[in-house]
Amino acid sequence: MQHAIPINTYTSPTVVLELIHRLKVKEVMSRRLMTAGISTPLKEIQELMRRESITGVPIVTGKRILGIISMDDIIQALDHGYIHEPAGNRMSANLIILEDDMPVSFAISYFEKHRFRRFPVLNREKELVGMVTSRDITTGLLVAINREVEAIERLQAKNRPLDTELEGTLTYPVIQYDFEKAGLASMEIKKRLKSHGIPSQIIRRAAIAAYELEMNLVVHSSGGEISSRFFPDRVEITARDNGPGITDVDEAMNEGYSTANSWIRSLGFGAGMGLPNTKKISDEFSISSSPGEGTLARAVIWYTKPKEEVS
Amino acid sequence: MKLSYLTDTLSYKALWKADNDQSVQQAYTSDLLSDVMGNAPEDSLLITIQGHKNTVAVASLAGMKGILLCNNRAAPDEMLDAAAREGISVFSTTDDQFSASYKIAKGLGLV
Repeated sequence: MQHAIPINTYTSPTVVLELIHRLKVKEVMSRRLMTAGISTPLKEIQELMRRESITGVPIVTGKRILGIISMDDIIQALDHGYIHEPAGNRMSANLIILEDDMPVSFAISYFEKHRFRRFPVLNREKELVGMVTSRDITTGLLVAINREVEAIERLQAKNRPLDTELEGTLTYPVIQYDFEKAGLASMEIKKRLKSHGIPSQIIRRAAIAAYELEMNLVVHSSGGEISSRFFPDRVEITARDNGPGITDVDEAMNEGYSTANSWIRSLGFGAGMGLPNTKKISDEFSISSSPGEGTLARAVIWYTKPKEEVS
Repeated sequence: MKLSYLTDTLSYKALWKADNDQSVQQAYTSDLLSDVMGNAPEDSLLITIQGHKNTVAVASLAGMKGILLCNNRAAPDEMLDAAAREGISVFSTTDDQFSASYKIAKGLGLV
């Protein structure tokens, strides 16, 4: 038998087993529900499925689930000519449901046991709160596994000897054209400063500087890393890449100068404001670059020296 | 101005709404995200046609509370998921940026 989710719930590595037991269904389910009522014609549900690219629609009254209409039900309806009937007449009412507090390991075994491709998720009040597909579980697990690996890497980094004045360093790799993950490093820097109780105006400036430097790596470099060092009185954000380098650094510091292509511009980036923005918002800023090698940009924001907001 | 002004008074569509009805004192209209990053005020509403995930990242990092997509631009699921994670409300309207900005400036008591 082919497994819906290729994880063994008994003999997988301990880290994975711990994860699937610790992770709750509510952490992996999709919360944005597409539902229909018992009087909704199957034809409408078919259109909803096509429009939203989904394969199952829960039939509800309020927050109570009454049944489910799957793609198979729609195919049957088309085959036997009852596609205009209301959903209530034809829905599968014999439901197997998951609870949002159940561990993901439960959900995995459900997918193994039952032929269904999706399960509705109810909360303690028996209200429908989400749906789970094997894809949701795979995605949720990948995210969780990434987090674990990151924690392990961070632990390894901690064991390296550090500068005595250092309160900690965060380093993130940045990949060229990876607009999906763009902003992740800046978000983490923002979170870290928040947890240190730094004033929100200062955090905002650090977040903006970090994001501009991060986007520069995404848009212009062939990849690099963003690193931030947290000192008791300041944060230092460094962007380092391995190329292609900037031909004329002075020109690059001019607002409006950009080498970005048109699809990057269509996303709202590449307007030549990144470096000038970063310089304006930072207390200290430096950049050095040579063509063919790489660029190193550094922005410092002090917690105690409030700079005028950029207007 | 409460963000619910957009749905209740202007009949704009809420694509994702944060639980608490946040207030904004200002708004910023731009489709250039680097411009938004450098110039948009905190605790404000972003009026734009940029309907993608990076818009949420920019709004969140700049400390903005909501995004209004003009010209009936669609918001992909991943944008709404990101908005839900960051607690930033997303609205849409058939109005263009000029009309939307005018109506919102009125709501903010600026005109």
